[in-house]
Amino acid sequence: MLTDKEKDDIHKEMNQYPYPEATCIDALKVVQYHRGWISDDAVEDIANELKMTVDEVDSVATFYTRIYRKPVGRNIILLCDGTSCLVMGYESVYEYISKKLNLKFGETTDDKRFTLLPVSCLGDCDHSPALMINDDHYNNLTVNKIDEILEKYL
Amino acid sequence: METPLTQYIKPDRLPPGIEDYKKAGGYSGTIKAIKEMSPSDIKTLVKSSGLSGRGGAGFPTGVKWELVPVDANGNGYKYLVANADEMEPGTFKDRYLLEGNPHQLLAGMIIASYAIGAQKAYIFLRWAYKKAEAIIRKAIAEAYDAGYLGNNILGTGYDLDIYIHSSAGRYICGEETALLNSLEGKRGIPRTKPPFPAISGLFGQPTAVNNVETLCWISHIIEKGADWFRKLSLTGEGGTKLYGVSGRVRNPGLWELPMGTTMREIIYDHAGGMLEGYKLKGVIPGGVSTDFMIESQLDTKMDFASVRAAGSRLGTGTMIVLDDKTCPVAFIHSMIKFFAQESCGWCTPCREGLPWVEKILASFENGTAKYDDIEILEFHTQYMAPGNTFCAHAPGAMEPLQSGLRYFREEFVRHINEKHCPWR
Ligand SMILES: Cc1cc2nc3c(=O)[nH]c(=O)nc-3n(C[C@H](O)[C@H](O)[C@H](O)COP(=O)(O)O)c2cc1C
Ligand code: SF4
Ligand code: FES
Repeated sequence: MLTDKEKDDIHKEMNQYPYPEATCIDALKVVQYHRGWISDDAVEDIANELKMTVDEVDSVATFYTRIYRKPVGRNIILLCDGTSCLVMGYESVYEYISKKLNLKFGETTDDKRFTLLPVSCLGDCDHSPALMINDDHYNNLTVNKIDEILEKYL
Repeated sequence: METPLTQYIKPDRLPPGIEDYKKAGGYSGTIKAIKEMSPSDIKTLVKSSGLSGRGGAGFPTGVKWELVPVDANGNGYKYLVANADEMEPGTFKDRYLLEGNPHQLLAGMIIASYAIGAQKAYIFLRWAYKKAEAIIRKAIAEAYDAGYLGNNILGTGYDLDIYIHSSAGRYICGEETALLNSLEGKRGIPRTKPPFPAISGLFGQPTAVNNVETLCWISHIIEKGADWFRKLSLTGEGGTKLYGVSGRVRNPGLWELPMGTTMREIIYDHAGGMLEGYKLKGVIPGGVSTDFMIESQLDTKMDFASVRAAGSRLGTGTMIVLDDKTCPVAFIHSMIKFFAQESCGWCTPCREGLPWVEKILASFENGTAKYDDIEILEFHTQYMAPGNTFCAHAPGAMEPLQSGLRYFREEFVRHINEKHCPWR
């Protein structure tokens, strides 16, 4: 069941489209915002709300990279492995984070504090290497900046 | 030197609010357009300026707008969409405009919408641009309050609403027809053309899709004219261009320069040349879907025609420099990995071909590639050439690969001979 808040937020998004199904992506984002990820139940809830089939909603949910169909940690580290960041040395940043948190790309820490994912560009290419944690961008990364950045996220 | 698009952008400072922007004359082109000009006057003026699309393909903007039927079909709306998806690695130009001066974009979108008769407009925004999203939302609210958006704009009887859709990721959504599917809440898969979006676009209605940088020009052109616009450029193609450089240069960044500034001037004068100890080996001129250029081509004028004549594409004008201490195979592999991941999966050559190419490139990097593999890579550049796939995604991916195989063949062969990456 969608909460009243979730319903409210979805209906606000609906105003900008001519019919409810067009809100599908925004609805997924709303529910993910409240629940952290999109479970099978969440897919069903959205399908009911938008009068779509579960398969229709799931086909959309599984298409988009920033919709998580598996549980994720409280904070998501998106480390850019794009071409500019490759040139500027994202690999050493990856190795450092990976060792520090004992994580590979695609994994979540046991305490659910972090999930580490690769991303193909963040638009920070002139200040690469770059990463994003939740909604915050960090760039011109060096290994010795990482500890301080991670400390902000509990 | 005039820099119309970036004149009010001060890095690390808040963008101009609507009052400041109005005081600077920012909305005067918009007022002139909707109060004094007919839609066809505007289209004629933009066409005569020669403004071409800054999203990568360089299609003449005025011509695109004229393709939108003057009369709406039935009682549905027509739509304008600002393409702010910008997900190509190495590209960060629209972000600068969105964060730095949102009202410039809105001023242009109002005129463009009026010119094609659109009553609804969307900004399709790259998911990662959270700061830009907040800035644009605020600017839109200000524009409603000032009477530039909403019903009966400035008493002219013209109605327009502008909405933001922040994407949920996937590079393919930058392709205009995939973008339309995504805006409709669907999977972002390209559509068959024809029908072109101008005839049947968003929600089946006539639609124009334009890049952010393109739209930011419109109010300036209305205000100052087509001649002024053409004279900003060093070549026949009008205007200035946002050029960016990333990689191992002294001063990576973004600059607004006359269209047709040479690659040498951009990389050596503005980006400060290569960092101490690094040599320039190649340049991806305009996003990862453009062919490599090499040192002997540095004097190429960076406009659509000259870069095409040099065997590549201007694309987005944001370059990535390949240096001598970065493995060219790893560099190409990173681009192909991106394209393989981002394939929408709709057509077979791209869905199957790109991962195959990606695996072969990985085998070069880990030292298990064989001589035949170079031929297999070459085969794929033909197999995914323009016309063989449903959209331009896979052909775009093949551009840096085919030119990379040509320019860096020796380095590919070294990986096979030495059975490991010589750069590691
Ligand atoms: C795979 C692919 C990705 C694209 N991504 C973008 C993009 O992120 N932004 C953009 O403006 N155009 C992008 N384009 C080009 C658009 O399809 C379209 O041509 C452009 O938005 C039109 O605007 P313009 O005429 O102002 O350049 C892309 C094209 C392809 C084939
Ligand atoms: S070329 Fe690739 S991205 Fe384009 S339609 Fe085919 S599978 Fe999709
Ligand atoms: S390539 Fe990493 S931010 Fe663009």
